[in-house]
Amino acid sequence: MMTEPAIDRSAAAIDVQDLHKYFGDNEVLKGIDFHVDQGQVVCVVGPSGSGKSTLLRCVNRLEEPTSGRIVVEGVEITDPDVDVDKVRSRIGMVFQQFNLFPHLTVLRNLTIAQQRVRRRSKDEAVEVARTNLAKVGLADREDAYPAHLSGGQQQRVAIARALSMSPDMMLFDEPTSALDPELVGDVLDVMRDLASEGMTMMVVTHEMGFAREVGHKLVFMDGGVIVEEGDPRKVLADPQHERTQAFLSKVL
Amino acid sequence: MALSPRKRARISRGIQYAVLAVLVVAILLAVDFGELKRAFWNTEVIAEMFPDVLTVALKNTIIYTACGFSFGLVLGLVLALMRLSSVGPYRWVATGFIELFRGLPALVVFIALTFGIPLAFPGRLVPGGTLGVVTLALGLVGGAYMAETIRAGIQAVPKGQMEAARSLGMSHTRAMVSIVIPQAFRIILPPLTNELILLTKDSSLIYVVGLAAGAQELTKFGRETMNSTNNMTGLVVVGLLYLVITVPLAIVVRRMEARAERAR
Repeated sequence: MMTEPAIDRSAAAIDVQDLHKYFGDNEVLKGIDFHVDQGQVVCVVGPSGSGKSTLLRCVNRLEEPTSGRIVVEGVEITDPDVDVDKVRSRIGMVFQQFNLFPHLTVLRNLTIAQQRVRRRSKDEAVEVARTNLAKVGLADREDAYPAHLSGGQQQRVAIARALSMSPDMMLFDEPTSALDPELVGDVLDVMRDLASEGMTMMVVTHEMGFAREVGHKLVFMDGGVIVEEGDPRKVLADPQHERTQAFLSKVL
Repeated sequence: MALSPRKRARISRGIQYAVLAVLVVAILLAVDFGELKRAFWNTEVIAEMFPDVLTVALKNTIIYTACGFSFGLVLGLVLALMRLSSVGPYRWVATGFIELFRGLPALVVFIALTFGIPLAFPGRLVPGGTLGVVTLALGLVGGAYMAETIRAGIQAVPKGQMEAARSLGMSHTRAMVSIVIPQAFRIILPPLTNELILLTKDSSLIYVVGLAAGAQELTKFGRETMNSTNNMTGLVVVGLLYLVITVPLAIVVRRMEARAERAR
């Protein structure tokens, strides 16, 4: 029996408690406690292999946590009886490699899950899709196939696709890391707009400028643990921990 | 005097063309064209074959192949999904089935279905008569081959596609049906065409059943004509009709591939 998730929007958007994750014998997450409040933009930074992407992917259970609790808007998603598809449909996800569906047009990329998962009518789905395409500045490309778009355009379509499900929050997994430098700005602009509308966002990124300017909280991870977290301006300007200092001296 | 590589290549190619031309001339001179035409392209025999060779034989070959391929495709998809299943027994059953029917000659399967079934289940035949036997036999053999092709196609779709579909809230089945399988079929279009062409030819094996006149397909029809006229013309005509099926098929698929390539 699937339990119907009772969504509580007054609770923390994401609440992670004592999360451990092993890949085989390799402990990638070593007891993470972490939370994102409603409307907050939290940026997660750290060297590669620090577990930041794994943490993000555990939040919509693309990775299965080994132990610990993850509560999203009052619903414990680590409960094996919870309907994980329903949980995921409320959490938008944007990937480093875009992962648009190459056999479908841009418009169909945005409508297919609305119709199949949200059960919206075709007309409603198309209307929502067009609104979101306009929001990311690609209203004129709805008939194109993904292969005919630049990387930056593909990533903006991917954001519009996630937004079309009317999610309560958005997860970004290094959204600009696969882009040519001159295309990064357009994608960050879209994310900045989203943040200013009050969207709850968890962003794994190397863009320290974005974290400083838009983020409400910065989390620095290394070796599967959270080393330091706090106001991005403070952490970036005056890191307390020596591992944070070492990392920031290399990337800033 | 040393020749430049370009000159040497030109001379070597010239020699190849000359040898080829001599061979062609020699063959043309050796052949008695009157005899050749009488034995292989006898217009009286050709006139006699029409229209039955089209309305019965060609039609039956197409129907047999279409039914066998359709059943094989569905079976192959089911077997491929079973091979990829996380449930052990599904994988084992599918693997055993695939190895069995890939290894057996199609002729053996036809004979087993025609004569083995009535022995194994006294008084029972494969339902659907001739068409039933062809569909089942071609489907079993073709399905076993296509299962491995389809499995490889599904595995060739990047993992991120499934993840993106699941992160939008699609169930595993929905993501397979709407996102992964359509992309897999684009990848495996060429080998699937191959399988369809092979099945077109294998449909001739139904002769072991012993066919009523109305159920004859191309090969059987050609052999009957050969026997009754004591002349090869019948076989030449049905041979050409096989090409009439397979060549347009190849052209259509090449077009579809080109269209899929543009969307890439």
